[in-house]
Amino acid sequence: MTTDERLREEQTIKAAATNPRQQTGVLVERVVRTFGERTVLDHLDLVIDDEELVVLLGPSGCGKSTLLRLLAGLDRPDGGRIEVPAKRAIVFQGDRLLPWQRVLRNVTLGLHGPDADQKARKALADVHLAGRERAWPKQLSGGEAQRVALARALVAEPELILLDEPFAALDAITRVRMHDLVRELRRTHHASMLLVTHDVDEAIALADRVVVMSNGRIGNAHPVQLSAADRAASVAREELRMALLADLGLANPH
Amino acid sequence: MTNLSVATRPDARSAPAAAGPPHARDVFLPADSRRTASWAGLWRRLHWPLGIYTTPVLLLALWEVLGRVGVLPALYAPVPTDIASTAVQLWNAGVLGPDLAISLQRAGLGLVLGLSVGIVAGVLGGFLRRGEYLFNGLAQILNTIPLLAVLPLMIVWFGIDELTKVLLIAFGAGVPMYLNLFAAIRGVDHRLIEMARATGAGRWRVVGWVLLPGALPGFLVGLRFSLAYSVLGLVAAETVNADQGLGFLVTQAQTYLQTNQVFVGLVIYSILGLLADQIVRILERVLLRWRPSYEAT
Repeated sequence: MTTDERLREEQTIKAAATNPRQQTGVLVERVVRTFGERTVLDHLDLVIDDEELVVLLGPSGCGKSTLLRLLAGLDRPDGGRIEVPAKRAIVFQGDRLLPWQRVLRNVTLGLHGPDADQKARKALADVHLAGRERAWPKQLSGGEAQRVALARALVAEPELILLDEPFAALDAITRVRMHDLVRELRRTHHASMLLVTHDVDEAIALADRVVVMSNGRIGNAHPVQLSAADRAASVAREELRMALLADLGLANPH
Repeated sequence: MTNLSVATRPDARSAPAAAGPPHARDVFLPADSRRTASWAGLWRRLHWPLGIYTTPVLLLALWEVLGRVGVLPALYAPVPTDIASTAVQLWNAGVLGPDLAISLQRAGLGLVLGLSVGIVAGVLGGFLRRGEYLFNGLAQILNTIPLLAVLPLMIVWFGIDELTKVLLIAFGAGVPMYLNLFAAIRGVDHRLIEMARATGAGRWRVVGWVLLPGALPGFLVGLRFSLAYSVLGLVAAETVNADQGLGFLVTQAQTYLQTNQVFVGLVIYSILGLLADQIVRILERVLLRWRPSYEAT
């Protein structure tokens, strides 16, 4: 084999690695991420289908947020392969609003074009914040600020929305309202979603599928096919809850 | 029913309370209930009507009284009214006006030059690592050299003309602007920058919407220092070698022991400093509207 041929072959291999394999959803293959000596993600595999809402459940420090940051493109893997839609948005635990821009400008941050304001107004209406466009972020309550962050993510009509413990800092009542809002938004906005949380009840309330993370990999997966009423209270719900708690190592022996 | 509950309470609660020490209690009522609204408004207007000028005005009044009584000799410290009338005399004689104009021109030129260099270098240093390597060491060295120590060198290099004076003022204004702007840009919350990038804001959006507004509070701190040091540079430059300008007026008056004229110069310098501070305050109020600041009572 000549040098030229070998070079050409290497290029085709490289091209195969960067070419997308599917059109929608998320594909994570044998991803490794290490910080110094510590291996946080150890050959992790995950597939998210189009319009599917996957909840990634796990205790603090298990690598949930690391995986999410890899999917968002904020960090690069040390090994393996990640494939995500280019149109994606992320909602962080804190609202991360720009305090010096009014609410409307915070939502139009990633938008260009003459219809940016109109789109932003619509996104704000979707999260029930119509009429608050001129407010400063410091004037908002915690729940309102997080809804603006949600509107900022929705406004570009992303194909993938990554949510990093988005409601963890909110009070219990506001959190339940936010869950209702997420369910409502899923009817109007069609995107795959990955929600990272350590809250079992939140996982049951929202997920199409719950995956539990342990030792840097995805452990058990639990498809959730319950109606809204059954998610709130039912035998199936309690069984799912017990199974999730067992996966997290919190099983009650009784 | 009501009577009954009132009647039973003293027996049940007040006896043990009376035995122990009294508990400190706070009662909060609407602010207006203490006095009528119009009286409160009038009170607020009469209360500290001079604002931040209270202490200077009180000092001037005390000075005037002490001077009139004869405690302060006129040669050492002429009374404020005397200084004011001297200023009017100098103005009418056509001395003060041109001197003030030439001083303001020097300060303005020096400020424009110093701020331009400071802002350009600060922005480059803040945004680019190469900029940091180019400017930071130099700025730190220059920052430790006192303004007054550079003056003799500048005279040797640039002569005793306008250039030396303008450069000295620019030096005083540029260095603090660079240092504060650099620190302000580097100090912008990296989580906001990360969020903006993840949201799809391009490079220029991140600069224009996140980094520059985020650095604005630090920029205004730099501006405050720059204005103060430029006045300092103005005084230093004019006092040592000048044939016109405020500093010349002061030096000349000192030679002839005309203390009242010396004071006219000093008063004008201090008014310039006060004006500079007021300008920055107005800028802060306009540009930092988003920041709810502490309102002292």
